[in-house]
Amino acid sequence: MSIKKSPWIIHYDCSSCNGCDIEMLACLTPMYDLERFGIVNTGNPKHADVFIVTGTVNTQNIPVVKQIYNQMPNPKVVIAVGICAATGGIFRGCYNVVGGLDHVIPVDMYVPGCAARPEAIIDGIMKSIDILAEKQAALDEGVVPEEICGGYIYEGEHDEHGTLITDEDADAAEEEQDVGATPDQEEQE
Amino acid sequence: MDNALVIFFGADRVLFVFFGTEVYMTHLIGAVLYIVLAPFAGGLIAGLDRKVTAQMQGRHGPPILQPFYDVAKLLGKEKITVSNGQDFYVMCSLVFMVISGAFFFAGSNLLMTIFTLTAGSIFLVLAGYASNSPYAQLGAEREMLQIMSYEPMILLSAVGFYMATGSFNVGDIVTSGRFVFPYLAGMFAGYVFVLIIKMRKSPFDLSMSHHAHQELVKGLTTEFSGRTLALSEIIHWYENVFLLGFVFIFFANGEPRFIVLGVLVALVCYFVIVFIDNSFARMKWQFTLKSAWMVTLVFGGGNLFVLYYLRAVFQV
Repeated sequence: MSIKKSPWIIHYDCSSCNGCDIEMLACLTPMYDLERFGIVNTGNPKHADVFIVTGTVNTQNIPVVKQIYNQMPNPKVVIAVGICAATGGIFRGCYNVVGGLDHVIPVDMYVPGCAARPEAIIDGIMKSIDILAEKQAALDEGVVPEEICGGYIYEGEHDEHGTLITDEDADAAEEEQDVGATPDQEEQE
Repeated sequence: MDNALVIFFGADRVLFVFFGTEVYMTHLIGAVLYIVLAPFAGGLIAGLDRKVTAQMQGRHGPPILQPFYDVAKLLGKEKITVSNGQDFYVMCSLVFMVISGAFFFAGSNLLMTIFTLTAGSIFLVLAGYASNSPYAQLGAEREMLQIMSYEPMILLSAVGFYMATGSFNVGDIVTSGRFVFPYLAGMFAGYVFVLIIKMRKSPFDLSMSHHAHQELVKGLTTEFSGRTLALSEIIHWYENVFLLGFVFIFFANGEPRFIVLGVLVALVCYFVIVFIDNSFARMKWQFTLKSAWMVTLVFGGGNLFVLYYLRAVFQV
């Protein structure tokens, strides 16, 4: 299975403190040398097989995460590196933090740590490669991609700043409309 | 027709006449060998390139067969493409690249080979323009600039071969019995210089790069994915084998020892280019154009002048 020998990664930093990102880049240095496994840091979602996300996912960068995910061709796997990406970490509960990458896109592998050690990141990638191979095998058997890799993820409505309009916002806006509409309706009645 | 391949395949005979040109057995064998074996040779060279690059950077590096794994994987990926025109242009580019190399290894006309090669490169530029991605379009513009930089020198080398051997036919050049390298030393230096641009190595990897300095994401290939990206990789393999074959004909003259010398020099040239690739940062496009044309003028033009002088004064 050639996909096990050549998983190309794309790394996206969701407003991380850069701790995990530095460790991620350390994986590419002569010390750890990810390329010996055929892994290339592509920087282009259309070339990538493995999506690595670091940092806390918040309402500002949800559309970016979804867009990168949607642009990657199947089969693909997603790795949440560091506790912020996994659960929201120490930022969990902040007004803008959704509390983990898996609230936004399907996640296949979690690499814990603050910051995650390069050894742990390499271990996570190598384990995710097995999942990637399973997905490839399923696709070859004719399973539809939506069942195993997750289909196209609706990127949602955004306001003029690119911020996602959440359900709560939409509800509030609807309520406002209702409040505005109610007296008129009453008058008509 | 006294081709070097006759040594291996015995008597040579005319198979058929194609537009007034007699096609020999050795022509066909050369072309078929190129079409079949060039992807393997090119992939191996690409694997060695990555391994040597890694060793130069103090890393262990991927396996030698890594490019084959990559292409096999890309062929199995889902097909997502923004514009279908792009896939068509990449396919055209591959076809022209293969035809160009086949002409060359069939011992055909050098000028025709170079013009077909240019057609292949232009189709790749069109593939970049086909998508509306700003990265791909900027990559395509830069690729065109690179074509502008290297093309005059490659054409001048063909003229140099004509001046030195009296023929544009690769078959006649490699069996001329004359060691042309001393007459074409300037051309050779110029050709190796533009080879860096043609192979998209630092400091001239403007249009797309395999290095980390990727401000254009992946330049020309940004919008390629899956099968299309695999094809663009295979084009690169065919191209590299052809370009190194061009280095080979500076030395080959029909004698076995010069054939060995030609192959060795081609490999040494590639090693030097990888070394330069690893020791330079990327230059601006102005430097690429200016330096390539200066080299063409000084080494190519100067060499041509010397050849004219030798012919006029000494009747060499």
